[in-house]
This record gives sequence, structure tokens and C-alpha cells, in this order.
Amino acid sequence: MKPISTAGGPAQPPGRLRVQIDSKAFRSADGAATEVLRDIDFTLEPETFTCLIGPSGCGKTTTLRIILGLDRDFTGQVERAPQRPRMAAVFQEPRLLPWRTVEQNVRLALPAQEKKPQETPAGAPNLDALFGALGLQEMRERFPAELSLGLERRVALARAFAVMPDILLLDEPFVSLDEHTADRLRALLIELWQARRTTVLMVTHNVREAARLADRLLLMNGRPARLVGDVTVPVARSQRGGETLRHFLAELAAAHPETILA
Amino acid sequence: MAAGPEASHRVPLRLLSILAFLALWAGAAALADSPEVPGPLAVAAFVAAEAASGELFYHLAVTLARVAAAFLIAMGVGTAIGMLMGQHRDLNRLLDPWVILMINMPALVVIVLCYIWIGLTEAAAITAVALNKIPNVVVTLREGARALDPKLMEMAAVFRFSRARLLRHVILPQLFPFIAAAGRSGLALIWKIVLVVELLGRSNGVGFQIHLYFQLFDVAAILGYALAFVSVMLLIEFVVVQPLETHLNRWRPGPATRPA
Repeated sequence: MKPISTAGGPAQPPGRLRVQIDSKAFRSADGAATEVLRDIDFTLEPETFTCLIGPSGCGKTTTLRIILGLDRDFTGQVERAPQRPRMAAVFQEPRLLPWRTVEQNVRLALPAQEKKPQETPAGAPNLDALFGALGLQEMRERFPAELSLGLERRVALARAFAVMPDILLLDEPFVSLDEHTADRLRALLIELWQARRTTVLMVTHNVREAARLADRLLLMNGRPARLVGDVTVPVARSQRGGETLRHFLAELAAAHPETILA
Repeated sequence: MAAGPEASHRVPLRLLSILAFLALWAGAAALADSPEVPGPLAVAAFVAAEAASGELFYHLAVTLARVAAAFLIAMGVGTAIGMLMGQHRDLNRLLDPWVILMINMPALVVIVLCYIWIGLTEAAAITAVALNKIPNVVVTLREGARALDPKLMEMAAVFRFSRARLLRHVILPQLFPFIAAAGRSGLALIWKIVLVVELLGRSNGVGFQIHLYFQLFDVAAILGYALAFVSVMLLIEFVVVQPLETHLNRWRPGPATRPA
């Protein structure tokens, strides 16, 4: 059973996100403004997994930073439901506090009143389960400098899931990992997401990765960047190994060559 | 505590160095053969007598208390101002000339002015010492605040760290090397200035005693007090500062763990 929100109307799980960026420009040192985003407009429904795809440097991370509230210098608006949803992010770098242990890093991200592992609804992971699922049980007392990059990224994932976010944003969380490690972490991400449904928006330039993980792909390209495609992945998640997925990717590449093949 | 293989063979060298110094001193004193150049034994005898009478510990304690008070005030105020100046460019432009002024103001002038304006009181003495040190702390901590990692600040913002949590777990650990640097140089500077302050306007403390024995031309006493206080500061360094530093640096891999 999912928790049911009592705020009027039909039961609506939290984590709806409406993003409307009319324009976003960066000002360079000499004062010239470069517009990087224009007319980015999309809505994420609760508990969906969406990937934002586009070539490197096209403004995906900027979009994410705007959603996270880290960049407020743009025209447009971001509507979140509820007003202040619990958000979590996995950045491109793990961004752990090097002077705190793995466990402290995760616990510090928890809201103040939930520092202890608590009863959680519908079998969502408490910290033991979470550390176990990510293979971090033995690492809890280690400092980040003692971990490999792959392990640090797992800690960053653990931290993001520990807060049980309504909205989870991931910014190329698996870059610069070897393919084997990246694959294992992708599988873990899906496992965690299925255990504790949350709205996920993941930025990536890896189309295969996106097609494997997401319900829906948002394609971004151009200068300034706009949304050039909004595609629902038509393949059931369990069948995304072989020919069907390859077929879908080929179709996608044919429809959006400049974004997919970039 | 950190007794690596290096530490164990460093000890005899240090001991040798200290013994060589004492031998040199004793030789020079024997050559000069004058009460104005007392040997190590004469100084040790004075220290022992002064310790037995309780005088030594009284004056050491008084001076140490002043050092501690001035140090805490200077570090606290300097850290706060330095952090603000490092993070707010306008405030930095506003206060920077004052900092330059204060950093170049001779210690003696600050001390004399404090005594004139505040009076010959304990508060004036400690204020004078703190004012001498604050600009140094400000300059060091300003660099620290400029070096704060924006990526970690963003992480903390996303996960909604409270102010207290942000300060304790994100900001202060990053500032710690700068606080340590300011503290190290600060302790040495402060105790020297405290002696001047005591010489000019206090009636107890190591500085007062040195002033007294200067008038009596008692060099053994002057050296005795100076060495006694240096020993106290060394003790603080080894018993408090270095273990604390080792603890706070425990997360650093490799050679940085060793106290510098």
C-alpha cells in the first residue's frame, strides 16, 4: 500500500515537478551574455523515471541546477508539489565530506529528526538495508579518501536514497566508471527506485544507459538548447536487454540523429 | 603518541642538539666569567629557588591566563571577521584598509594607546594583545573562507543542512588548516606581546618579573623566567596542539597525518 496524501482530490503521491525555463543566460567576464537554455518546458509525474539526454555542454547540468534551486538567475519558474518537496541529488562528482566517515556522510544528509533508522512505510530501506544493498556494510566507518571512485559513488547514491526524497536528481552519476561497475550501479539504482518509488530525473549523454533505465526520454539540443524530443520508452523494463532495445535505439537515432549520435 | 619509525630515531638527534646548546652556553659563560653571562647551572638554580618559593608558578600562571584570554578572543573575533570578509566581497573592500592599518600598527603603539584610553587595567592589557593579533587571524582566515569548496556548499544546500550542521560539518573542517596556521603563529606572537604589556602596565606576570630583574641587572633571573615560559609553551604544543591536530587530520590519507 502506498501512503495516501490527504490533501483534497484524488490520492496523489508527492513528487510532481513542473519545469518552465523561458530563458537562461550566462554572462562571461567581458559582460557578453550567452543564452544557453530557451523554452524548456516539461512536467514530471510522480514516481516516474525520466532521463534528460543531450550532447555534452548543451545545458543539461544547468537545467538540473535550476531545478535544485542552486541557480536562481533565470526567467521562468519551477513548480514543485508539495511546495518544498524533499529533494536529493547525486552529482557528477560524489561530493562527500572527506572528514566524515561513510556513515556520517549519509546520516548528515538526513533531516534532523530522522537521524535514527526509523520505521519506514512499505518496506522502504532503513540504513542497514540500504548499506547492505549497495555493498557498503563493511565501509561504514571508512573515510571517503580510503574508497575507490566506484565506492564513493555508491555512498553518494546511498546518501540520496537515505533521505527518501520525493524528487531525486542525478547528474551523470556513472561517468568515468568502468562499464562493469557502472552496470552494477545502474541495476542497484533501479532496484532502489523500485523499492522506494520516487520521481527521478537523470541527466546523461549516454543514450543506451538512458534507454535502459528510464520510462521517458527528454532530448535536448541546440544553442541555446531547447527540448527537441519527448519519447516514452516502449519496452518493458524486464525486456531491455537485447534486440527490442537495439531496435528502439535505432529508431530513436533515425528520428533524432543530431542529438542521439552527437 | 605517533611513534613511527622516524620518530624513534629523531629523538636522539634532538637530545644531542639540546645538549650541544647547553654545552655551548656553559662554555661561553665560563669564558665570560661575569654575572651578566650566567651559565645553565646558575639559571637552573634560580628557577629551582623561584619554584620552591612559589613565585615562579604564580607569575607563570598569571601570564598564561592572559595569553589564553587574548588568544581565544583574537582567534574568535579574527575567525568571524575573516570568514565574513572572505565570503562577502563588499565587506572585504570596506574593511580591507582597516586590516592593513592594524596589521602595520606597531604593537607598542596599540598597547600604549589601550592603557591611556582604557586605563591601566586587565581589560586594557588583554584588549591590546588581542588587537595586535586579530588582523593576522583575519588575513589567514579570509584566505580560508575564499578557498571553501562551493561544491560541498551546494551539496549541503540540496540536502538542507541546518546552519549549525553546515558550520560544524562542512565549513569548519575546511577552515581547520587555516585556523591551525593562525593559531600556531598566534600563540608565539601573543605571548611575546603579553610580556611587553606586563612590562608596561601590570604588576605581576613574567613580563613584570623580567622588568623587575632588568632593573636589578639579574640576568640569571631574566633567562630563568624566559626559559620557564618557553617550556610551558612547548608543553602546550606537545600535549594539546599536536594530539588535537592529529585527531582532526585523521581522515587525511598519507603523510599529512603526521603533525608538522
